[in-house]
Amino acid sequence: MDKKEFIAKRAAQELKHGDVVNLGIGLPTMVANHVPKGIKVLLQSENGLIGVGATAEPGKENPYITNAGGGYITVIPGASFFHSADSFGIIRGGHVDVTILGALQVDKKGNLANWMVPNKKVPGMGGAMDLVVGAKRVIIAMEHTAKGSHKILEECTFPLTAVEVVDMIITDMGVIEVTDKGLELIEIAPGVTVEEVQAATGCELIISDNLKVINVA
Amino acid sequence: MNKVTTVKEAVQRLKSGDTVLIGGFLQSGAPETILQGVLNYSDAKDLTIVSNDTGTSEMTTIKIMQQGRVKKVIASYIGANPVTGQMLMDNPESVELSPQGTLAERIRCGGAGIAAFYTPVGVGTIVEKGKEKRTFNGVDYLLETNIRGNIAFIKATIADKEGNCFLKGSTKNFNAIMARAADYVVVEAEQIVEVGELDHELVTIPGLFIDAIVQSEGQNG
Repeated sequence: MDKKEFIAKRAAQELKHGDVVNLGIGLPTMVANHVPKGIKVLLQSENGLIGVGATAEPGKENPYITNAGGGYITVIPGASFFHSADSFGIIRGGHVDVTILGALQVDKKGNLANWMVPNKKVPGMGGAMDLVVGAKRVIIAMEHTAKGSHKILEECTFPLTAVEVVDMIITDMGVIEVTDKGLELIEIAPGVTVEEVQAATGCELIISDNLKVINVA
Repeated sequence: MNKVTTVKEAVQRLKSGDTVLIGGFLQSGAPETILQGVLNYSDAKDLTIVSNDTGTSEMTTIKIMQQGRVKKVIASYIGANPVTGQMLMDNPESVELSPQGTLAERIRCGGAGIAAFYTPVGVGTIVEKGKEKRTFNGVDYLLETNIRGNIAFIKATIADKEGNCFLKGSTKNFNAIMARAADYVVVEAEQIVEVGELDHELVTIPGLFIDAIVQSEGQNG
């Protein structure tokens, strides 16, 4: 299985029936394809809608329905539209249950850096800062390392998106919970050893007494 | 009062030094016909542009910027407009990045008579630079001030001749809030109808906020 698909599938298991969910662009968007059967979630898009459906088929794009990346999408029955101030009232006001986003760096305190690389062209933070501060639960879904270099660190070195906001990190190597004591590895990918996960991580991991193997079958 | 006018007439209200609110979210609901009018019929310069994203390379805001008429940008995401990106690199003071929800709320407050507000977004990041921080119930917040425009350019799906507007789907975005936050508001509508023809139950923006209406010539959405 493709790494990204593996991560998206595991992340989808975190969603509960009835959750209002905001998915970031890229890998997190793939989570929508793997929502477990029998579970209905409402996907929010910060440009102003709730009830996001599948991507619009080529030739069937509705110019009045776009997502936060400017892509043409569909909506599900029960969807609703609103302006940006309402959209971020929903986000900042704690009405989004879960947000799943990518990251450049996460550290042991749950600090997140995901909007800017120093000395590179700055795209702006968009809605990322609002989302991670406002959502009840913040899950980072990303590859464990950036081509071998650590992304999970003692302390973020890139400019922060927000302070102490991350609840869980899901990668191709494992599932990590952010706790008061530090980062706790609670699940590990099939065929990967604890030592390998630790070596790919830039801070010391607490290994759960009840460490499980990720099951995305 | 019939507020319908031409694009050429409407953009004469834009003056050098103005703060201009530009609605839309990337290509969605962008007032491209009016912006094309600014390009063709206005020579106003030293503009401050307030926009979620300043559009993309294929759109018109970038062309106005390329004419050297924009001195400052306030936006949340500028990754699709390389000219804004370059402005930020050349002169960091010329581009103010505001988190998207903070930007939206600053504009909403500008239209609603609220001077400033406290938000938890941006605490502990570069956004807090120069801002008052205050703790309420153990949580830190930043003081953010409102934004108003001298003029706003927005897009609607349907407008009646007195300015009542319906904005379809996700085109409400920044259009619906910017309409309330400027001294003079120009809307381009895909369809302009007689007063009474737009179901008043479906009004997204009450006509009182609108000063001028022009026919949109761009694509839908």
